[in-house]
Amino acid sequence: MRWLAEVHVTLKPGIADPEGQTVAGGLRSLGFETVSQVRAGKLMRVAFEADDHAAADAAVSAMCGRLLANPVMETASWDLRADQEPEKEDM
Amino acid sequence: MTVAARPRIAVAVFPGTWSERDFADAGADLGWQMRLLWHTERSLGDADAVVLPGGFAHGDHLRTGAIARFSPLMAAVEEFARRGGPVLGSCNGFQILTEAGLLPGVLMRNDHLEFRCDWQWLRVEHGSGPFLGSLAAGEVIRLPISHGEGRFVADEATLDKLESSGRVMLRYADSGGAVTDAANPNGSLRGIAGIVNERGNVLGMMPHPERAADPEVGGSDGLMLFHSLEAWLAAQPAAAERRL
Repeated sequence: MRWLAEVHVTLKPGIADPEGQTVAGGLRSLGFETVSQVRAGKLMRVAFEADDHAAADAAVSAMCGRLLANPVMETASWDLRADQEPEKEDM
Repeated sequence: MTVAARPRIAVAVFPGTWSERDFADAGADLGWQMRLLWHTERSLGDADAVVLPGGFAHGDHLRTGAIARFSPLMAAVEEFARRGGPVLGSCNGFQILTEAGLLPGVLMRNDHLEFRCDWQWLRVEHGSGPFLGSLAAGEVIRLPISHGEGRFVADEATLDKLESSGRVMLRYADSGGAVTDAANPNGSLRGIAGIVNERGNVLGMMPHPERAADPEVGGSDGLMLFHSLEAWLAAQPAAAERRL
């Protein structure tokens, strides 16, 4: 059956994030003076086939471990659900 | 005496690589046999050394080097490196080597978020190995840098291990060789510009030696790395035998 994983890749705590710092500065300059921190990351939606939830979860874990995140500076987490609707390209 | 050898160098080309011809031209000027190998190749042939040039392999998508690392050619490069063959990764090549796990750490977005293309002074920390053997520790050289993601990051334990095992080979410095924050073009931790693997045969560095291989383009310090490699290869019995 078809599954959809929303994979969140974020920088580990302590890894400097100049992009997030720059965005935080932009927000403060717009008047959002209480913004103390922004951490940038990535969201990837992966549609794929697997027999059951356990197999799908194992597959996403392997995808993250091998390619989607670099454990040197990133961590990955994901939400997994059965996907009934056909996924459109470039959505 | 060995016969004058013509080193055979494999230069990897990924979709988006942009420095392969500068490497090929610099080597050809020295009389070397330079072979450009597309990333789908599975063999390095009889190459004496491998270069992973700079550029933006696979558009730098996901992370720099993350996709290139799984190219068929990289399996051959990893095997070559495991056998002790000399591998140089410059700029994007360095990024690919870290993604492949051949070198520790990672190259992240420059701390100021700007792409930086400039001449850069570097302090040679150890004059050893295939690519830096003809240089002296403490020597200051000048090479171009050209990158947006060159900030070397690793955890403290890894950094300490790199330092204590003498594997930090190049640091960003000023013209006097002082490693300072002002001389650091990208926020690299401890000013690190180049490192080697445990065995010392794999060098990753952000600067571009191939772009400083002719005085007409403003400098020729990059030739020191080419000359080091030639001397290193000539001193290898196995390599010399293969060329007889």
